[in-house]
Amino acid sequence: MANFLISRLLYTVLVLFGVSVAVFFLIRIGGDPSALFLPPEASLEEIERFRALMGFDRPLVVQYFDFLGRAVQGDFGMSLRYNQPAMQLVLDRMPATLQLGGAALLLSLIISLPLAIIAAAKRDSIFDRASLLISIIGQSFPAFWLAIMLILLFSENLRLLPPSGRGTWAHLVMPAIVLATYSTAIITRLLRSSMIEALSSDYVRTARGKGVRESTIILSHALRNAAIPTLTVIGLQVGALLGGAVITEEVFAYPGVGRLAIQAIANRDFTVVQAFVLLMAALIVMINLLVDLSYGFLDPRLRKRK
Amino acid sequence: MIQFFKRFTTSSLATIGLIVVLVMVFAAIFGPFIVPFDPNAQDIMQRLKPPMWQGSEGIHLLGTDALGRDIFSRVVIGARVSILVGVSAVVISSIVGVAFGLIAGYEDKYAGRVLMMLTDIQLAIPFMVLALAVAAVVGASLWNIIAILGLTNWVQYSRVVRAECLVLREREFIQAAHMMGISTLHILTRHLLPNVLSSVIVISSLLVAKMIIFESSLSFLGLGVPPITPTWGTMIAEGRNYIGNAWWVATIPGIAIFVTVVGVNLVGDRLRDLLDPRLRQVES
Repeated sequence: MANFLISRLLYTVLVLFGVSVAVFFLIRIGGDPSALFLPPEASLEEIERFRALMGFDRPLVVQYFDFLGRAVQGDFGMSLRYNQPAMQLVLDRMPATLQLGGAALLLSLIISLPLAIIAAAKRDSIFDRASLLISIIGQSFPAFWLAIMLILLFSENLRLLPPSGRGTWAHLVMPAIVLATYSTAIITRLLRSSMIEALSSDYVRTARGKGVRESTIILSHALRNAAIPTLTVIGLQVGALLGGAVITEEVFAYPGVGRLAIQAIANRDFTVVQAFVLLMAALIVMINLLVDLSYGFLDPRLRKRK
Repeated sequence: MIQFFKRFTTSSLATIGLIVVLVMVFAAIFGPFIVPFDPNAQDIMQRLKPPMWQGSEGIHLLGTDALGRDIFSRVVIGARVSILVGVSAVVISSIVGVAFGLIAGYEDKYAGRVLMMLTDIQLAIPFMVLALAVAAVVGASLWNIIAILGLTNWVQYSRVVRAECLVLREREFIQAAHMMGISTLHILTRHLLPNVLSSVIVISSLLVAKMIIFESSLSFLGLGVPPITPTWGTMIAEGRNYIGNAWWVATIPGIAIFVTVVGVNLVGDRLRDLLDPRLRQVES
């Protein structure tokens, strides 16, 4: 177990290193960024001075290792716009995003768990077909448009919910619904098919033969086994979910990290974009690591193999 | 082929999806010949007219936007960018992803490990943000958007193709081909590729749906195709400002995206059921 953990952690570090390379060079794919920061009437001399000041005159590889060396020590550079440490800016916005993400996750579990379980238990019933249709519809909504439609309905027409900002729980309702739509669709569909597979397995047949109650079979035997593939894919989808959060926060002017990232892109504030991507990557990798480790708790057979 | 089509259409939902997709492709190809108005023609006297059924004077089927442009014409022409970007990006990512998956699955020494690594890196990056950042620096144009979307979404192909190749590699016909001294390239393209094709088709159909949403999201944020070309995403962004007094401007293009994506997903879903029941697990 300890060996497994160490090799996984090393691999995680390697992946984060790869992410930092990808982000650093992709953001600079457009060439020297100094033209973006200076007014068009800047003289050649001023441009040179600025490049030397920012270190843009050095080879990209040198710039990268300089960046990496500082990043390892926790220094992700200063935001070019706010003149504050970039990572601090991102971290300050994290609680808002975590709150939104938590609310969305809770909402999608409340809907998708019962939906998937009943659909699998009553396979090919009207209910099952409805759940499939719901999951297809759920993943077909463009998040930004769904957000605008909710604003149109609940803020413009019914005047029930505030269209933007953060503060009360009412501010959280619409962004959480938008964010939960896609994950509800994905979780419902995956859990349904994993449940169907689990319910047709030998151990379920044995349990039925022994006369175990159907509700116990579904909720404890099948659900536990269906959880593994479902969790794996949810872990892999975290990145996509965060992408959805970016758009959702932007439309609702919700002050989380996603909105910060979009503003940073609009302002060409690349240190903030870098800090954001790296922090999110670390988060995603950590979540996937936890998912991997949770297999052992869900399935005792895997515990021994390690 | 005909038999497959018959099996496909036994599902009424899938048939509806197919019809939607065909209508959108038709609009994308023949759009300029069927629209009643020039999609960019402005008419300030006719601005923010509601759709016909809301009792407007009745020349603009779906109403007009803030510049008096005909929304129906713009939605029809908007199908072009969505379909073109969706299909082209998927073509790019399928070529890259399948090539990588075949090599990683058949050779399986370093390529396999590198692929695992690249996959994990790609999955760890909040793709939407990276795509936005790259679009912001390289400048938004049709081909840049296609390249960005195509080159950031190929790992799913590689993972599935590699997994299938690892199994196929051990089968007799591949072993025999190898013994006979057939070149690796030939084995990959003539023997392995046809056997993974059904999975590739299924992934592609579902990926087109995602690409259409990505493209419209980029356009919505102003980082997609330049605004001279009508796209569904930019139309929604423009209509957002008038949501209080002209709901239709932002609503109608969104319905177009939604209906198209549902249609593509229904088709993809049916293909998945028919071609490869094992793929049910593949995240869509």
